Amino acid sequence: MSGRSIFTRPARFAAIAPYLWMALFFLVPFLFVLKISLSQTAIAQPPYTPVFDVAEGWEAIKSAFAALSLDNFHLLVTDDLYVLSYLRSLMVAAVSTAILLAIGYPVAYGMARLPPRWQAIAMMLVIVPFWTSFLIRIYAWINILQHDGLLNEVLLALHLVSSPVVWLSTDSAMYLGIVYSYLPFMILPLYATLSKMDPALLEAASDLGASPLAAFWRVTFPLSLPGIGAGALLCFIPIVGEFVIPDLLAGSDALMIGQTLWLEFFTNKDWPVASATAVVLLLLLLAPLLLYERLQRRQLEQA
Amino acid sequence: MASRPNKLSSFNIAALALGLAFLYLPIVILIIYSFNASRLVTVWGGWSLQWYGEFFHDEAMIDAAWMSLRVGATSATLATILGTLAAVALARGAGFRGRTLFSGMLYAPLVMPEVITGLSLLLLFVAIDAERGFWTVVIAHTTLTMCFVSVVVQARLGALDRSLEEAAMDLGCGPARAFLSVTLPLILPSVAAGWMLAFTLSLDDLVIASFTTGPGSATLPIRIYSEVRLGVKPEINAICTLVVALIALVIVAASLASKMSDARGKSAAPL
Repeated sequence: MSGRSIFTRPARFAAIAPYLWMALFFLVPFLFVLKISLSQTAIAQPPYTPVFDVAEGWEAIKSAFAALSLDNFHLLVTDDLYVLSYLRSLMVAAVSTAILLAIGYPVAYGMARLPPRWQAIAMMLVIVPFWTSFLIRIYAWINILQHDGLLNEVLLALHLVSSPVVWLSTDSAMYLGIVYSYLPFMILPLYATLSKMDPALLEAASDLGASPLAAFWRVTFPLSLPGIGAGALLCFIPIVGEFVIPDLLAGSDALMIGQTLWLEFFTNKDWPVASATAVVLLLLLLAPLLLYERLQRRQLEQA
Repeated sequence: MASRPNKLSSFNIAALALGLAFLYLPIVILIIYSFNASRLVTVWGGWSLQWYGEFFHDEAMIDAAWMSLRVGATSATLATILGTLAAVALARGAGFRGRTLFSGMLYAPLVMPEVITGLSLLLLFVAIDAERGFWTVVIAHTTLTMCFVSVVVQARLGALDRSLEEAAMDLGCGPARAFLSVTLPLILPSVAAGWMLAFTLSLDDLVIASFTTGPGSATLPIRIYSEVRLGVKPEINAICTLVVALIALVIVAASLASKMSDARGKSAAPL
């Protein structure tokens, strides 16, 4: 044990550089988002009036605090555009997570039942698409789903439809894209818990007279709940703020909050409203984020 | 007994095969169509390499690709150094002041919506009046990808037999020497895998790069995205195929690295 205590102190010094980096480039930027969300929009470069300028001294800071404005937040809760965006994002994320779970669970379950040699290969096959570009995989679907794309060609050739079906710019295309992109994120944590399960447990259940289905519901399923939680959070949180997939695959009549934020920032050049949108999004995601952080820490530090 | 509970059923195999087909088929179709001679994306006109030729004559696209490769290599290297240090601190540092905040800052970016990360970094860069371009994107990508590196390396450190380090120190090695001569060689494959993961993540990122880059320094995903918004073009299929081929090379290298790590008698690191 003495060896470990010698190693602990220098290991702590290793934290200094990454700690400072993350504080400066991850934590501090949120303060700027908060600050700008409280300032007024201006037609200028950058397009907002600064809330305060430290160089102007204490009096300026005091008067600046008096001028802090919650106008942007007021706009967010009163304008239907934003409220509907938030609601749509939460709904899309919830529905997608449910679909992902329904598809990912059987796949992960099948993987965990493979002979060990094949498990490694199957795991590799699930991870590879995660390494392949997000954007390219969405683009691949546009190829297939467009008006004269492969899907319509096949359906027409099989006489399943009489005229091309509109697939692109629909919610179905968006859900397909989301499920496709996030499937590895669901499968991997599920597989991690399912593969650690002791097969003797199921044999015991079976010996005690449980049918395979009953054994699944009363043994496998409860034991895989941590994996379900990790997979669901790993998908749900980023999907709420997703921009690329709805932008390329969904129609333009209803926006997700990531699209609204993007539009406010890049098209309307309204940085204060974009910042306020980000602050509210972060508040909505705070509880799932904290939960995810706890699960992740417990998992990595138990290893 | 009719069926042993742990045996692979045909339902399991079907679920697995369908799941994998769903993951791969669209990319395979994209690659095949990149060799299509016809300008119409859906009409098959025979095999041809003309769209690859078109890409190599598209200077804006080449510039963007070069920018992406430079950003990817630089940010992956920074992220690997910082991420490995973070992993060592978390896996070997036991409890230290601010540890909860530290691990929180490292895990949150893994799931944080990219629009939030991108916007917040941009506002920081504007506030400190940094010129936006290569370095701002490098900083942004380093911040995101070092968290992934730290998870990969930390998993490996957790699986490592600590008695090896202890033995080295019992034999008179100082902690730095023990780390460099015992720990680092053992975690090297996962450090390499972390670098490659960081590189591919950087090569892939559209949202954060869009926020943090400046005029005139578009990355490849930014260029591809603006073309894709205008519709499907065979040239884009060719570029995407080249990116997929590059990433495939990286994956082969990464799996060789993890084979090496297996050969050292330990379980493979995840991701």
